[in-house]
Amino acid sequence: MIRSLPNTAAYTLGYRIYVALFFLFLVMPLIAISVLAFNDSNYIALPWNGFTLDWFFSATDEREGLFADSNLMESIVTSLTTALIVATMSMVIGTIAALLFEEEQFKFKGLLYFLALTPLVIPGVILGISILLSSTYAGNLIEKNFGIDIELFRPSYWLVIFGQFSFGATYVMLLVAARLKKFDRSLEEAALSLKATRIQAIWYVTIPFLRPAIIGAFIVAFLLSFSNINTTIFLVGSDPTLPIDLYSRIRFSSTPVLNAISFLIVLVITLFAVVNFFIKRKDTT
Amino acid sequence: MQQSIKPKKPFNVTLYLLIIPVLLWLVLLIVLPHLDLLISSFQIENDNGDKVFSLDNYIAFFKEEIYWLTFVKTAAYAIGVTALAFIVTFPIAFYLTKVISKKNAAFFILLLLIPLWVGELVTVYGWMVLLGDHGIINHFLMAIGLIDEPINMLYTDFSMILGLLYMSMLFMVVPVMSTLESLDDSLIEAASDLGASKWTIFRTIIIPYSMPGIVSGAIIVFMLVIGDYLAPNILGGKSSLWFTEQIYNKFLTTFNWNEGAAFGFLLLMLSSGIIWLVLKLSGQKLDRVGS
Repeated sequence: MIRSLPNTAAYTLGYRIYVALFFLFLVMPLIAISVLAFNDSNYIALPWNGFTLDWFFSATDEREGLFADSNLMESIVTSLTTALIVATMSMVIGTIAALLFEEEQFKFKGLLYFLALTPLVIPGVILGISILLSSTYAGNLIEKNFGIDIELFRPSYWLVIFGQFSFGATYVMLLVAARLKKFDRSLEEAALSLKATRIQAIWYVTIPFLRPAIIGAFIVAFLLSFSNINTTIFLVGSDPTLPIDLYSRIRFSSTPVLNAISFLIVLVITLFAVVNFFIKRKDTT
Repeated sequence: MQQSIKPKKPFNVTLYLLIIPVLLWLVLLIVLPHLDLLISSFQIENDNGDKVFSLDNYIAFFKEEIYWLTFVKTAAYAIGVTALAFIVTFPIAFYLTKVISKKNAAFFILLLLIPLWVGELVTVYGWMVLLGDHGIINHFLMAIGLIDEPINMLYTDFSMILGLLYMSMLFMVVPVMSTLESLDDSLIEAASDLGASKWTIFRTIIIPYSMPGIVSGAIIVFMLVIGDYLAPNILGGKSSLWFTEQIYNKFLTTFNWNEGAAFGFLLLMLSSGIIWLVLKLSGQKLDRVGS
């Protein structure tokens, strides 16, 4: 059953077949889209007509490749900058929240902590419509009373950022708090007894200790933002993020350029995961 | 604990520096929006364009069969997919933590994480390419002569459930693996030495021990499935309506935001109600879910 116990051959074989099937199931969609990104055909389907890079580089009317498609390139840039800003904001506020809940005592701490955790269990769609409703309400109120129209309160680039940040900060908080729990408080107390202020102690002692978790949390927030659609779809304005752009293409006008961009995403994530894997292995050995 | 070491200051600057940004985040982006959701759900626009209190949005939900049927179906399917995710992934979590060596497992864990980080849209699109009438699976089955006509798989409940399972199941594996990792092998060895069958060991040791991980995983999976939009929308057929699609339609197609708010609030009540019940029954805390 486990490593140290003997098993019948049939049990071991059956188990291995199940695991193999599971991983086949897991990688099948990724392989399928990747392979079809190089198929010399105008349709996203087999048969295989030979290898081509048209869906990446071609710039003809019939086949507009990924790098020739300015709309697609724009949405990639939008997604990258959005994800960078969201990850930075989430990193800062999430770390502050982790410090607050782990190190400070105050009234209503339990309630506040509960609120900070709720984005884990609130469906993204609900976060999206709630923020859309309240920002529209605030925008109308300001326009009525002061006559100014603020773009932030309408579906726009910045509203997407705030929407994604609202749950990104929770994930950062949990990841940083997990490391903070392992922190030896006496280090901070030593700094305090050496006349450091509380802020200095946090900045020079606690934050450096937390750095790996903060960097990891930044990456998690970046990826959450980059692939988010449930919340974003309600808040997006005139500049779509990549998932929004891809979604509308899948619904209305599929061409193999979708496979090209999907392949690129799979490639980047895989490379990133592999590098991460080797760095971690080097650390442990 | 801090107070016992350093003298209590009358005014804790650090606390205020830390609490203000957190309060801004929680009040402006969590509390107020959800209050607004609740208030909007009880409002309709009268003939003068003013917002007035009304129960119409909720009455519409119960009057129209399609709405509450979709609601019930979404809930039932989400529970089903959660159970399925557990059944499909538990052997995998067990295999990676207890059967093979840590070194080999690292490679498989890497494979598990890639679809997770690639994002739902790309993987859902992948399934669309695989399952279509002219898709890869049908092409393959016809090429080897197993079938003559393509099997209709895409735009059915089958493809929708497959997509929902695929995008959510990895969130079950991760917490289950982390509880299984801390299970001492000698417990299983001892039971086995005393003549317990595999099924007995599984039922009386492994499952009870990994319960906290299963509960965490189930909550995350359930929440993701019930709030999912892409898999039902792209892979599901006309008959496989999902409740999030109703909300989407209210907001972005018919622009009836108040009714949409009521639907959103009902979905929020449903998901938090079931999660609360699961936490209550298992005696687990919410913050365990996130770790």
